[in-house]
Amino acid sequence: MQTPAPFEYERATSVEGAIEALERLGSDARVIAGGHSLLPMMKLRLASPEHLIDINDLTELAYIREQDGEIRIGAMTRHVELLKSDLLAQRYPLFADAETVIADPVVRNRGTIGGSLCQADAAEDLSAVCLAAKARVVIRGSGGERIVGMEEFHVGPYMTAVGAGEILTEVRLPVREGAGSAHEKVERRAGDWAIAAASAALWIDGGAIVDAGVALSAVGMTTVHLTRAEELLRGKAPSEELFAQAREIAAEDCSPSADGRGPVDYKRHLAGVLTHRALRRSTARALSQEA
Amino acid sequence: MQVSMTVNGERVSHEVEPRQLLVHYLRETLDLTGTHWGCDTSNCGACVVLMDGEPVKSCTVLAAMCHGHEIRTVESLHAGGELDPIQQGFHERHALQCGFCTPGMQMTARALLDENPDPTDEEIRTAISGAICRCTGYKNIVSAVRWAADHEAARSEA
Repeated sequence: MQTPAPFEYERATSVEGAIEALERLGSDARVIAGGHSLLPMMKLRLASPEHLIDINDLTELAYIREQDGEIRIGAMTRHVELLKSDLLAQRYPLFADAETVIADPVVRNRGTIGGSLCQADAAEDLSAVCLAAKARVVIRGSGGERIVGMEEFHVGPYMTAVGAGEILTEVRLPVREGAGSAHEKVERRAGDWAIAAASAALWIDGGAIVDAGVALSAVGMTTVHLTRAEELLRGKAPSEELFAQAREIAAEDCSPSADGRGPVDYKRHLAGVLTHRALRRSTARALSQEA
Repeated sequence: MQVSMTVNGERVSHEVEPRQLLVHYLRETLDLTGTHWGCDTSNCGACVVLMDGEPVKSCTVLAAMCHGHEIRTVESLHAGGELDPIQQGFHERHALQCGFCTPGMQMTARALLDENPDPTDEEIRTAISGAICRCTGYKNIVSAVRWAADHEAARSEA
């Protein structure tokens, strides 16, 4: 039987209360949201916090809304809500692409976007989605809020920019015209982690790509940010030839490990193919022609 | 710590260890052994129960997290001496062999029909994609859920 090691449990009734508890309890305390990453790790003793601060009552952090030229997603927004959101389907369809293949519907009833990002598992989909979408996250501590770009959020495997006494409260996505986005994933079976996955977002204006975001899941120690591919794409007209070049970069710039999901050369090939598909689909969506 | 919740319509309150998982609270403290404890890794879906009407994997929810919430287990399906249409469908369509996955399958299916009374086969398959059956190949389970949907529709029209 797998049971976590003993810990003390308390429930936060406000964001301020959660931050106060984190400061009071120090580094032995962890925040628990949906718990579908943390509890399995605690069962395996990969994590053994002495205190859990349950933030499931913080329903004020569960929302998806458009405000001041951004889409704002509360950290306690669950996967199922991301999947069903009309606003995200319209502005950032890569969320629905990813959410249909993240775990399974029952797990998606519990898991949250904040928990997924803070888990910082390189194989997790939403980190690549948010990186490609050029998201910024809001981190709150007793001294106030700070805003961190996704490109600076993951500082290592399972490590984020969220510091002691801080919690992630919100994810912000830029709203710009001409956007198209897609997430492509290959998994061994329904609900499994990705063998590889690619997220792309393109902003197209006047026939040229004015900005691009491309990121990969499951093919590195952290989420892979394909900055070379983004530089290549920027300023050029979208084409199959251009995407084929980005595909080469994706295969070169990832660093997968061989495991039960496949050897390195296969994963590199797959990362390239999925990048190509995600770019093609993003373009079609930006130009309103679903691929 | 003291935890209070509603299980199958009844208020319950117990002293629990914070680390106790909901599945063990249900099976050991409440003696509701209909909920099966399977993989323990949130993969197999045998332990699915409804929390405030939504299916959750009770091996990955702490009993403490359910304080103040409403839980429904497979025992609640069989109400007033009558089988739930989902249970009847499993009987009619031979949707189980060993029966280990059945409680989770039935609660997952119950939640689906509560939200979507007339699902397509594809929607049924998606809904139960977090539940593993090693005997049936799923075909009869999908057929059973379909049977339940058809009979619930007929019942509500009658």
